[in-house]
This record gives sequence, C-alpha cells and structure tokens, in this order.
Amino acid sequence: MAAILEVKNLKKDFKGFTLNNISFSLERGYIMGFIGPNGAGKSTTIKLIMNLLKKDNGEIKIFGLDNIKHEKEVKNKIGFVFDENYFYEELTVMEMKRVIAPFYKNWDDVTFNKYIKDFSLPANKKIKDLSKGMKMKFSIAVALSHEAELLIMDEPTSGLDPIIRSELLDILTSLIQNENKSVFFSTHITSDLDKIADYITFINKGSIVFSCPKDDILENHGLVKGPREILNDEVRKYFIGIKENHFGFEGLTKDRQQIKKMLRDNVIIEKPSLDDIMLYYTKEAKM
Amino acid sequence: MNIIISNSSDEPIYEQIVKQIKNMIIRGELAENEMLPSIRSLAKDLQISVITTKKAYEELENDGYIVTVQGKGSYVAAQNKELLKEIRLKIVEEKLAEAIEAGRSIDLSLEEMQEMLKILYEEV
Repeated sequence: MAAILEVKNLKKDFKGFTLNNISFSLERGYIMGFIGPNGAGKSTTIKLIMNLLKKDNGEIKIFGLDNIKHEKEVKNKIGFVFDENYFYEELTVMEMKRVIAPFYKNWDDVTFNKYIKDFSLPANKKIKDLSKGMKMKFSIAVALSHEAELLIMDEPTSGLDPIIRSELLDILTSLIQNENKSVFFSTHITSDLDKIADYITFINKGSIVFSCPKDDILENHGLVKGPREILNDEVRKYFIGIKENHFGFEGLTKDRQQIKKMLRDNVIIEKPSLDDIMLYYTKEAKM
Repeated sequence: MNIIISNSSDEPIYEQIVKQIKNMIIRGELAENEMLPSIRSLAKDLQISVITTKKAYEELENDGYIVTVQGKGSYVAAQNKELLKEIRLKIVEEKLAEAIEAGRSIDLSLEEMQEMLKILYEEV
C-alpha cells in the first residue's frame, strides 16, 4: 500500500542548525511517534511537512501527492494540532468554529458537535478562558471534524496532566480503528508512546537515528547492568553508551542477544524504556 | 475472554498475548469457530500498538490455532481433537508431577498421597 506520509532526503539549513537528509514514511492505519530532545528538529520537520517553512531540498509526499504542488487538496485531508494556541483568544468556541469551518471542503458540524459534547467543552466560553487541556481538546475537535485522514500533531501532550493525556491516547487509538487513517505526532514525553505507537522515528541533532516498529526497538535493545570487570573492548563494541560508577556499570545495547551470549549470567538485562533509549543515544552523540 | 498484559515483564507483549490465547483454546474456554476481537480493537483495549497484536495473531495463525479470513476477521481454528486431548493430558501429568515432588520433599509415601488424592478427588 502507498504511504500516507513520505519524507525523502529533506534538507533545511539554518544558521547554526541543519536538518540533514531526513527520510521516513508512514503507512495508512498506524500511529507514528516522532521523538527527540528539545531542539532536535521535530518542529522544523513538521513545519516543513505543513509547508510553513520552505525546504532547501528533498521531497514530501502526503497521500502520494507533493505537499506544495497539491497543497490545498492535501491540507483538506489533514488534521493539524499545534502545541501552542493559534486561535483567536477573544472568540468563543462556537464563534471560532464558524471562522474555521468554511476553509474545509468536508467540514462536518455533526461530528464537531459530538466531540464538543464528548470532551465537555463549553461552547460559549471564550478561548482565552479555557484551560490548557480544554484548548488542546478544542484543537483536536477542529482537527477531526473535516474527515481528515492524516492527523499531524506537534507536542500534543506537553503541559497536559496524565488524565487528559490518557484520554488523548484513547482518541488516537479510536481514530485508527478505521484502517484508512494515520496519526503522526511529535513528543518528548515518551511514556505515552511506549504504549500506543506502532512506529517510532527518532531524530537527534537534525538527523534521523532510526525509524522502525516500536516493538523491534524495544526487543533488540537491552539495558544491561553488571560489574565493571567484564567490560573489555570487545564487549564495549556492542554498547550504544555505558555509565560506570564505583559499584558497576549500566549500559544500553542494541544487540541484546549478542550481549546475552557473551556475558550470560554475569549481567542483568532489562527491557529499556524509550526514555532510556533516547537518553543513551543523545548522550553518545555529545561525546 | 481475559487478556492480562504486564508492561514490566521481560516477556515481549505479543508473546504474552499468544500464550494466553493458546491457553484459552487448549482449556476449551475459546470454542472452535469463535470469533476473536479484531487486531485493532484488541490493540485499543489493551492500549498497545497494532503491530504488536498483529504479530500475535500471525503467530497464532502459523501455529494453527486461529484462521484469519480476509475482510472478515479471525476465528478459532478447528482443533485436532486427539491432539487437544493429548495436550490436556500432558498438563494434568505436569501438575501431578509437581504434587509428587512437593510430597516427596516432606517424605510422603505413595499410599499417603494416593489417600490424599482420593479424598480430594471426591471433594472437589
């Protein structure tokens, strides 16, 4: 099946920061998490996808169409959620909706009203009086009310409490029950992604570290703990990074099976979290 | 149908699902031709990725426990009755072996254990 979102050799040069040949693709019916530390290039990539920034080089295809040549057509089928509020603060929820709706060919009031009800959003309250969680839910209601097939979200969970975050995850998993739709979202709160994401794309310092199924990443990597004496050059080759202290070491390997074979019972191998993985890879890149 | 997933377990999540569904089929809690939840709804309910549930179902299908009909869903496959009985017998044997081991550790004789089994068999 053709990818719903395909980014190929994307390049953008800023003073002091380069987005370097970014490539990844997402199929229909799946959720992709886009992770990386602050300043890694997540928002820049998303802005390039949305054509809010001009790319220097590369190709972006959405629904198989060029994102700039077919911008109008493409954007009609994208739901976009920003981390910051980009609505008019002085308007009420309903007034704001009336401003946005005409921009979309397939705007559906019934769907919108259903979300407003589901999210218990106060229809006649001004946007500026909504809490951060409420604003986020309003953004999502807007993003989902015009039959969007691709939902793109920039840091949707940052600043939200765990209860609203969990509600959001529920909404996202409901969305992909229909095998036709996909979600692409950036975040640095990886515990949310640990659960629902199908694919993880990890960006660091403007380059992609990996882009693959989350299960593969979690199965192949291992958090290894053991005594320092067993660390030799041969063993070290299999580690992404190692932290040593007086009592032993902890390290991340991306070849769990090999380490198990080599070190057997001398070490404990645990399942890493995405946080662990992100931490070791970004630290390594600094050294 | 209960599926309990541990996120802290070292066992990959898809394996946990495979094991539990296999057990349900072996114990007869899931009957032949019974429909299984779709991979997407299972993923949603367990709050895990679709790829994980897909992998679990693929493995169950490869092992002959379920069949997937394109566009319809997954069903419990017709089981070989003899084989199923064999598996169940094996489970009983394993449990008995465990009990014997526990008995031996406190020096119970065969007669004492037989007596115990007899009483329990009538009670349970």
